[in-house]
Amino acid sequence: MEFIAPDFAPAMPEIVLSLGICLVLLADLFIPQKHRIATLFLALATLTLTAWFVGGPGGSTGTIYSFSGSYIVDPLARILKSFSLLIVAIVFVYSHAYLRERNLFKGEYYLLGLFATLGILVMISAHSLITVYLGLELMSLALYAMVAFDRESPVAAESAMKYFVLGAIASGVLLYGMSILYGLTGTLIIGDINSSLAAQPSQTPALLLAIGFVTAGIAFKFGAVPFHNWVPDVYQGARTSVTLFIATAPKLAAFAMLVRLMLTGLESQAEVWQPLLMVLALLSLILGNVIAIAQTNLKRMLAYSTIAHVGFILIGFAAGSIAGRQAALFYAIVYSIMAAGAFAMVIMLSRKDFESEDLDDLKGLNQRSPWFAAMMLLLMVSMIGIPPFIGFFAKLNVLSALVAVDQFFVAVIGVLFSVVGAFYYLRVIRLMYFDTATDQAAIEAGLDVRFLLSINALAMLLLGVFADPLMKLCAAAIT
Amino acid sequence: MGLLSVLIWLPISGGLLLLILGQKGEVFRLDRWLALGLSTLTFFLSLPLYLSFDLAVSEMQWAERFPWIEAFSIYYHLGVDGISVPLILLSTFLTPFIIIAGWESIKQRPSQYFAAFLMLEGLMIGVFASLDAILFYVFWEAMLIPMFLIIGVWGGERRVYATLKFFLYTFLGSVLMLVALIYMYLQAGSYGILDFYQLPLNKTEQLFIFFAFLFAFAVKVPMWPVHTWLPDAHVEAPTGGSVILAAVLLKMGGYGFIRFSLPITPDASSSMDLFMIILSLIAVVYIGLVALAQTDLKKLIAYSSIAHMGFVTLGLFIAWRILLNGGTESGVAFGLTGAMVQMISHGLISGALFLCVGVLYDRMHSRDISDYGGVVNTMPRFAALMVFFALANAGLPGTSGFVGEFLVILASFQAGFWYAFFAATTLILGAAYTLWMVKRVVFGEIANDRVNELTDINQREFFLLAALAVCILGLGVYPQPLVEIMEPSINVLIGHITQTKL
Repeated sequence: MEFIAPDFAPAMPEIVLSLGICLVLLADLFIPQKHRIATLFLALATLTLTAWFVGGPGGSTGTIYSFSGSYIVDPLARILKSFSLLIVAIVFVYSHAYLRERNLFKGEYYLLGLFATLGILVMISAHSLITVYLGLELMSLALYAMVAFDRESPVAAESAMKYFVLGAIASGVLLYGMSILYGLTGTLIIGDINSSLAAQPSQTPALLLAIGFVTAGIAFKFGAVPFHNWVPDVYQGARTSVTLFIATAPKLAAFAMLVRLMLTGLESQAEVWQPLLMVLALLSLILGNVIAIAQTNLKRMLAYSTIAHVGFILIGFAAGSIAGRQAALFYAIVYSIMAAGAFAMVIMLSRKDFESEDLDDLKGLNQRSPWFAAMMLLLMVSMIGIPPFIGFFAKLNVLSALVAVDQFFVAVIGVLFSVVGAFYYLRVIRLMYFDTATDQAAIEAGLDVRFLLSINALAMLLLGVFADPLMKLCAAAIT
Repeated sequence: MGLLSVLIWLPISGGLLLLILGQKGEVFRLDRWLALGLSTLTFFLSLPLYLSFDLAVSEMQWAERFPWIEAFSIYYHLGVDGISVPLILLSTFLTPFIIIAGWESIKQRPSQYFAAFLMLEGLMIGVFASLDAILFYVFWEAMLIPMFLIIGVWGGERRVYATLKFFLYTFLGSVLMLVALIYMYLQAGSYGILDFYQLPLNKTEQLFIFFAFLFAFAVKVPMWPVHTWLPDAHVEAPTGGSVILAAVLLKMGGYGFIRFSLPITPDASSSMDLFMIILSLIAVVYIGLVALAQTDLKKLIAYSSIAHMGFVTLGLFIAWRILLNGGTESGVAFGLTGAMVQMISHGLISGALFLCVGVLYDRMHSRDISDYGGVVNTMPRFAALMVFFALANAGLPGTSGFVGEFLVILASFQAGFWYAFFAATTLILGAAYTLWMVKRVVFGEIANDRVNELTDINQREFFLLAALAVCILGLGVYPQPLVEIMEPSINVLIGHITQTKL
């Protein structure tokens, strides 16, 4: 048997990231606690270098397969990887002061974060069932550990437990679906699965079962209804810096998994999974928006808002047109930027021995800090979908795709529940602007967090006014 | 950068500047002057729109068109015609008044207050000047944010309830319009409003689009039965908020009907016209009666606004009945012109009335009619102006309030006696509720000690009200400049609504 060395070049970002992780792991041992910030810098340098290999010069812009077809680098992979790395870097910067104040400023946070990032990158580039699962588990295990990272907190331990048990079940379900697919087609390569299934004349019950399981697994990772139960508990129970991480980049990975499995692997079965996904999407949209109204904890409210936004991403995807998938990609990217800003706001308003988690903690923010009240206002109106903020264009994209395929009913449900959603975002604005502050303390966050958060929030407006480039990028990524 | 862009972005950037300068809290006293200077400058800059308006052409003037979002062929497309110019002038004219009205009465976060109004001004001009549907929608929705904050931060006791109701009602109305706009984009391949005019649509499509628009615009006008947010919003809003709400924001509903519903869905409008006429007449008659029963000054004026806006929708939708019952196109033109004149005139009159209430409220901190009585004895100058505005509100000939109502009633006569009969009840009802209010507030014996201690309006307030009085009188005696500028555009509109798309 002759051994042909695979082409390692397409996997350079992952290789660089792995090496970087080893370096950070070793270096962190020798960094004394008072210079712990160096770990952050090393992690950021690793991410930057990885990003350079993702989109750096000399790279091809086409589609490349490697490792016997189980690895793919295409425009979609490039855009998702770039944004994942960017968002992880932002999250790392947001987190450090918060962690330091809670005596949690340890190298492990960054290491686990980097491992999760590696998992995310692998998922994005996966082109065989094994690679998908490998990336997914790498990411998930790192995330479980991150949630449990604060050993002192019973709530965190509880949510980590919940997350782990439910996540393990979901992974199992997904794996079971994958194994049936393998049994039906005899291949693990996602592209081959599609052609093999397309050649089969009819849909067997086994295939339907497999599609159902795979859909359920993906829906769990997204947090779509009815697989959403972990989302509010984990978001609320985890330390905000961890919630920030979970709420952002992994959504992009889940999106990649959706594209790879459903679109590349099961495209010929679209008439089976599209209605299924549409139902999940509509349920998420409705339930997320309605239940968010009843929340008093900001993180929990944002968790339900995530579920609602996931609904919007999925209705775009399930519309069944290319425009719909492009719209879903655009929405996923936009959402992760919005969510990063919103959770960072929670981090910024927290200080030593005080978690600014309750909605009431936002009371009178306009008196304490008009600037950051305005920034939160930008984030919230963008989440509502008020133009000219970027959230509006994300919704516009999805709605256009739906109307184009005559799904008027879904489009109308989508806009009506945006109005329902407006209610709880407006409540945040109301608390900040209309109520008097009960807590008069000045905001203690460092300059870096203030600066980055301002950029993040202003990006809502700037990306909205100049939405064209990002839309074009997304349009080029899925064809 | 064209003139329209300057008019939109000058106040908005001024508002942002104020927000940034106002960061340091209340010490910054220049905010009022900056806001006043910018809004006055905007007003003077907007004058060329009228002065060098070319009456000979019916096309859009001062047009600007740049690609904005190419992926969706969305253009930054601005332009004005004889219908939008008067509304833009109304916005630029009233904003300085609002700044002056808030000069002393706004104690809490004044720079944010003035910034909100400056931004609102830019966004309002944007709504009237947009010729791209998405650009229109952007301004239309973005406007909700400053208005939400104005009512919520500087409003009265139940401000949170009122402002949430305002926001959600309007937002709910407009999202369906968005779906309709997207649908038309997919048919026409462009978001250009003028391209929509040419779009062939069958009856079912037209009906769906018509109702999507109806939700958006009927809430804004507001038409009965979706008017309930308005009295709440008016009562709770600060004086400036009430003025801008009544004077300009309501006009956007009427403008929307003219710009979208009538020309884009003429056949649906024609088949739904009786429905619209009935809703309008209910607004005129029923809401007029409701106004009669009010005990709160602001609520009374709010209901009177709804009744008066009923005339706008009546004037717009009476057109098909006129043609059906053997009327002429000149009768249709009466109706449409009347609706437009009514919008401008109501903007001035209701704005003035809310300023009057603001003057009283600043002194007595009460909006209850029963707390007043005999104000004329202590505030003679104010009383004279208030009586004048009340008479204008009742449609006294010689004031602008008469012109619009008269034209619409005239048009209704061509459509049929009973339309005109119900429309004309406003002459009685309007006179009844306004004059009765004046009687109870202004005339009679001095009701109590607090009225006895009232001081008459100062020069600043006198200037505000007198300037509005001059405009109302001017337009009432000589409406020609206003009618003349609208004429070519109204003729184009008549062309659209008489041309079936089927």
